[in-house]
Amino acid sequence: MPAKRDQDFFWEAVDRSELTAQQCSDCEKRRHPPAPACPHCGSQHFTISRLSGSGTIHSWIISCHPTLPDPNPKTVILVDLAEGLRFISNLIDAENIRIGAPVTVEFGEVNGRRLPLFRTVKNP
Amino acid sequence: MTGQAAITGIGQTEFTKASGRTVLSQCVEASTKAIRDAGLEPADIDGIITYTFDTNDEIAVQRSLRIPELRWTSRTPFGGELSYATFQLAAAAVASGAANHVLIYRAFNERSEARFGQPNANAQAADLEQREFYRGFGLNTPAQVYGLWYRPYLDRYGVTSADLGAYVVQARDYAATNPLAWFHNRPLTLEEHQASRWIVEPVLRKLDCCMETDGGIAFIVSFLSHARASTRPVVRILAAEQLWLHGSEVMYNYYQPDLTAQASTERLAANLWRASGLSPAEIDVMTIYENFSPIVPMSLEAYGFCKPGEGRELINSGGIGRGGVIPVNTNGGLLGEAYIHGLNNVTEAVRQLRGSAANQVAGARTALVTGRHCAMLLARE
Ligand SMILES: [Zn+2]
Repeated sequence: MPAKRDQDFFWEAVDRSELTAQQCSDCEKRRHPPAPACPHCGSQHFTISRLSGSGTIHSWIISCHPTLPDPNPKTVILVDLAEGLRFISNLIDAENIRIGAPVTVEFGEVNGRRLPLFRTVKNP
Repeated sequence: MTGQAAITGIGQTEFTKASGRTVLSQCVEASTKAIRDAGLEPADIDGIITYTFDTNDEIAVQRSLRIPELRWTSRTPFGGELSYATFQLAAAAVASGAANHVLIYRAFNERSEARFGQPNANAQAADLEQREFYRGFGLNTPAQVYGLWYRPYLDRYGVTSADLGAYVVQARDYAATNPLAWFHNRPLTLEEHQASRWIVEPVLRKLDCCMETDGGIAFIVSFLSHARASTRPVVRILAAEQLWLHGSEVMYNYYQPDLTAQASTERLAANLWRASGLSPAEIDVMTIYENFSPIVPMSLEAYGFCKPGEGRELINSGGIGRGGVIPVNTNGGLLGEAYIHGLNNVTEAVRQLRGSAANQVAGARTALVTGRHCAMLLARE
């Protein structure tokens, strides 16, 4: 059996359509990206915490192939999650892109892999 | 530990887009030239350092150079992020007596083989942890990764694409009169910059991105008393520093509360000024590791040449150009001369202090060589 990676919990949760993060058992702060110890207090004890999936767009760019025609450019977003974490993802409804726009997580398949994506919400 | 070392030799290959030869052969050519430039023999070299991303095996280099006894080797983590930390470690090695003369090299076929600018081709960086949180979402090239990081800064201070273009035009102006530069005799207008296509919309046009280059560069760092025996002007390493604040990430630096601040670089600069006893007003020429144009105004601010948000004005007013208050990347930089993972900006600093640069700053005695997480101060004795 291959060694378990620090981030495996995240992708296992994605398969269940859940967005999660490690939460420190000592200082109770959450962290992302995953790490073996709490960057706030150093504790190596943690639980897995389910996140609300709500947030706002902090910044964004368009990602397309640098040299080849790319019919499917991605709108890459940096999301401020409600729980105080930052997360990189894609905006599904790219036409509504706006810094500060409220978004919510929506799971989808991209290139055969299930990913947590985001969509803007009208009335947060 | 600093102040006891000098850069005594520089060497390089031709800069091309398709070298047609092995990386090792270019590494050996540049290294041989650096040893000769320092007035040394291969037997004088007893230390070697490069980046972890470099593919040239130290012992293979030793074999071709005929270095009889190698007493010290090291590598700095990653690629460009700690490029100039190779000088910090080499300086420490010669100051401590661990080595007398350290060879620094970096060579690659970055254009004709593993292009950093192509998705999924950056195999050397593939061992960075947790890229799965980025790659699947479209952060596949340095332009995309850094473009997202630059944007909050550009938005906050109202830095426009034309402001960035002003730097690019300046870099190409310097390159146009530098015979070593890829863009020698090929200056650029702002209109041409503004017409260049988006690589990362709405941040980076093609001409905001450093070029991709095949080639190699090498240096010799020597204990100061050995350097003084040389016939060349002595280029002393006054201070060399690296710095990572807790919470920084390599490339994917998205997790600090204020992404428009440059806390690591500002702390690094403070340490450098303290270690050297110098201040920005005393610097004659500066180089910036400008893998992309936005880092130029950001660096002018972080290293104290102007206040936050004023970098664009300093560039637009000609402050970094010929005769400006702080000439920057007088070789044309990584956008105009070549991209040898940042090291061609060090050869330019050494040429300026030797008085042999193509775009010579008259009487240059101090040079500041900067990256985001590493930097050094050089001075002519
Ligand atoms: Zn904790």
